[in-house]
This record gives sequence, structure tokens and C-alpha cells, in this order.
Amino acid sequence: MSEKVLMKGNEAIAEAAITAGCRHYFGYPITPQTEIAAYMAKRMPKIGGTFLQAESEIAAINMVYGAASAGKRVMTSSSSPGISLKSEGISYLAGSDLPAVIVNAQRGGPGLGGIQPSQSDYFQATRGGGHGDYHILVLAPASVQEMAALTVKAFDLADKWRMPAMILADGTIGQVMEPVTFDFDIAPAPEKPWATTGTELRRPHNIVNSLCLQPEELERQNFARFDRYAQVEKEEPLCEEYLTEDADVVVAAFGIAARVSKNAVDEARRQGIKAGLIRPITLWPFPKANFAKLVGKTKAIITVELSMGQMVEDVLLATKCRIPVEKCNRAGGMIPSSERVLREIVEASQGGEIPW
Amino acid sequence: MEHKRISIFCGHYGSGKTNAAICFAEELKKTCENVVIADLDIVNPYYRTSDSKTELEEKGIRLICSPYAGSNVDLPALPQEIYAITDDQRIQAVLDVGGDERGALALGRLAPAILRENNYDMFMVINMYRPLTPDADSVLEVKAEIENACGIPFTAIINNSNLGPETTPDDVRASFAYADRISEKTGLPIAATTVYPPIYEAMKGEGVTCIHLQKKPFDM
Repeated sequence: MSEKVLMKGNEAIAEAAITAGCRHYFGYPITPQTEIAAYMAKRMPKIGGTFLQAESEIAAINMVYGAASAGKRVMTSSSSPGISLKSEGISYLAGSDLPAVIVNAQRGGPGLGGIQPSQSDYFQATRGGGHGDYHILVLAPASVQEMAALTVKAFDLADKWRMPAMILADGTIGQVMEPVTFDFDIAPAPEKPWATTGTELRRPHNIVNSLCLQPEELERQNFARFDRYAQVEKEEPLCEEYLTEDADVVVAAFGIAARVSKNAVDEARRQGIKAGLIRPITLWPFPKANFAKLVGKTKAIITVELSMGQMVEDVLLATKCRIPVEKCNRAGGMIPSSERVLREIVEASQGGEIPW
Repeated sequence: MEHKRISIFCGHYGSGKTNAAICFAEELKKTCENVVIADLDIVNPYYRTSDSKTELEEKGIRLICSPYAGSNVDLPALPQEIYAITDDQRIQAVLDVGGDERGALALGRLAPAILRENNYDMFMVINMYRPLTPDADSVLEVKAEIENACGIPFTAIINNSNLGPETTPDDVRASFAYADRISEKTGLPIAATTVYPPIYEAMKGEGVTCIHLQKKPFDM
């Protein structure tokens, strides 16, 4: 599909997964991501793939585990409460060093919460989500085109690092319709000599497992995994910087919040305020270096989030608390308006010199 | 504007049904007193007629929708007032139906009365730039599924081929042959070709109708 088409964000994820060679999708319906499953249900049978609506989220993630063990590109999707249910399986995937792509079109929480958009699963996604020491790759698209591009990238990164990768989207980006193209350079999936594909009596059998009862060995595995994570943190952070070079006030936001914020930054510039936007595209690894660069230049950072403030903690860590940070947040399914972000920018710009 | 008492908007997911239905109702209101728009979408809780509740009410258009629409209760329920559409023949009704055959199922409840009265138009809204309806054959497939689900045959086509706010006049022109082919294969007339305000001026002489777009949450 190289022509431009008009798609919902959720559909773009599904089509991009197919473009990236994913032929196995296991899911369970939940608003607001059901279009992904609906799209897969229509497309997969036509291209020889598998679409399976599992009996629950837990079943779906364990099917993902199975297909990933067999070396296949596989995806599942859900929304916040469903991701919590999948978290046990995600921990098992991480503990078995399996690549897989998980989509979370976030909705307001906690608990069953609501069905309107949210970003309040930031902690859950960037800290792993399940039990044990692990990370997953977390990508945060801010447009329908990026939903597609980052899905393709998620498959590549997951295979490259043998890690689960998550598309951390939200209800709005999932539902909004925008033009999108699918002319991606698709690199073939790397060889997976560890996959359980049958020995044909030609090699020792492979074992994919997260159980390890010898503490010395389990510790060794953890250290080895974290050496790999250190490499990921060095090589893979992605970030968009918009007018940050001379900015007195920098807005930090990802996903839908960044869309809202960009409009506010443009308006602030029109009013003569030196405002900029920093938009993490990978939330794990967090683009720490981009934030560290602001220290000594930027007078204030405003974090805009659809949560009570979660990414703000990574911003404070990355800047070592050396820039004042203001929160501009909504929760429960509400979206901060560009007008409100603009007001915060104006206020921060009038805040005067920083005392240090 | 020629119109029947009941105007139904159906089509594939994201073909632009809701937008077209709202603009049609606003147009009707200019000549008719008693205009009612009903949101029959029980499939998708996002982007629906009820998002435009305030705007519609300001214009004096009555909205019938699920009491839960736009709230956090994701229930596929319809209110009893939908029977007013067929029971009260003084009103001009515009029906915004959910996408595909799943959405059209809800319309089936009203089908016997609508067919008995036989004073309706059912528009098939089409968009060539939607990935699952890029050609006549795929549209015919969706058409058959919708008609089977609701039990009402379409009467006309609305060509709403667009790529969102980025649509150019040439994008719209490229869809004329697509719409003609669907018209030819189905025997349905093309009631309108719809375009958004920014390109309307450039296409004025080409038989297009101007409709506006619902606001997105990140618009300023």
C-alpha cells in the first residue's frame, strides 16, 4: 500500500504490522482499540495470517508468547485495564528474552476507569509493568503516520534487542483519521537461531523459558539483560525538538499532548515568547540527553500530560531538578486545551530569572 | 433541496457518515422547522453526532442519541425516543448509522416502519481513500453487508472521497471515476460529491457540495 489513504490511528497500526511481516495477531476487544482487532479480522484471513480472538487478555498474551517463541513476528493490542491483565505475560516475555509488539491505546484509569483517552499508563509501560527486573521498549506516536512508522520500528527493535516493544498510544490518536502512506523500507527479520522451530534432529533443542531456579544463574541472566538495556539506552533514544534552540520556556509532552502543545508553542511564538517543544518519541529509553542539554539554557519546563503527572518524574531526573518544572495536566479522559497550555507558557515566561 | 422525510446515512467505518449527516441536517433546518437527527451508532463511542450536541442544539436541531453517548459508559443502547422517527411523521429525520454491517444492525429495528411509509432516502457514503474500500468491488461487498444487516436498500450515493484536511482538488477529481463506476454497478445515482471549505472555491463549477468538518480535540 504505497498510495496515500485516510485511516484511523488504530487501523494504521494494524496495516503497518502486516507491512512489517506480522502474520499472527491475538487479541481481546476493548474500547478504544477494537479497530485494531476488527481490521486484523478482515485482513489476516486474506493474506494467510492468523487472527484469533482469545477468550481473555491473559490467553492472548500467552498465545503471543508461543508465536514469539517460534520466531514469528506477532502482535497483540489492548487498552489500559487489558494491559494490566497482560502484564504477567509481558514479564514472562521479558524473562524469556522474546520479541513481540504490544499496543496500548490508553484510556482513563485507575481500575476499569473510563473509555476516553489518557496517558496514565506511562509508569506501567516505562517501568516494565509486570513483576521482576525488566524493561520493554516504549514508543509514543503523535500522529496516524507515526502510528504506522513506529509500529514498523517496534518490530525491528524488538527483534534486534530480543525485547517486547510497546506502542503507547491513546484513545484519541487511535481514533483520529489522517492521511497515511505505507512505503517503508522493510528489513527482513533477523535470523532467530534460538527459536523453537523443531530440531529436525540436526541441532540441540532450543528452550524458551523464564523459569530459573539457580539464584546464581538467574542473577547472571539479570545482569546480562541489563547490559543489553544499557546498550539500548545508548543507541535507541528518539526525540523531536521543536524550536528549543533559543527557547526560554520548553514544553515537554508526548503523543496527543504534544499535538496540543505544538499549537500552543506556535501561538506563543506569534506573541513573541521564546517557546519550544521537546517530544520524547521513545519513552523507554527516555531521551535523557536531549533534556540534559536544556540545563543552563531554559528558564522553565512545562510538562503536559493526560495523567496526574508521570513523565514529569523522568524530566526531573534527566535535568537533575536543575530547571523549574510546572505541570499542566488533565486526567480521567480529559485533554488539556492548547489555550490552557498557552496560558501556562505565558505565565512561565513572565516568571523572571532563575535564582541560580 | 429535494428530500424525503427520512434521510439515512450509512457506509463503511470512517467514510464520513456523521459529518455528512450533520451538514445535511443543518441544511434541512434552513427550510424545515422540525428537524431531528438521530445518532444510531452503537458501535463506536468516539467521533459521533453527539459530539456536536451543543452546535446542533444552538441551531434548533433536536438530537436523539443514547443517554450514554460521549460518557464513559460504553453500552450499545438506544433510547426509546428513536421511535419518534417513524411514529411522528411531522418531523424531518436524519439518521446517522454506525459503520459497516454491525452498525447497520441497529437500523433494522426501524426498517419495517421505514419501508412501509416509503418516504426515505438511504445514502451510501463512500470514500476512495479508505484502505478497505479502494475500489467498486470492495464497496459492493460493504453495500451488500449493510443492506443485509438493516433490511433497507440504498437509494443514492454520496461521494465523500477525501484525505482529511490535506485533500486537494485533484484528490477529489481522481475519485469521480470511482464514484461513477460504483453508480454504474449499483444503478444508484450520485446524490452529491462533498468537499471541505478550503478547496470548495477551486472546485465550484464541478458540481460539488461544500461541507464543514467536525473539530478535532487538538485543534485550536
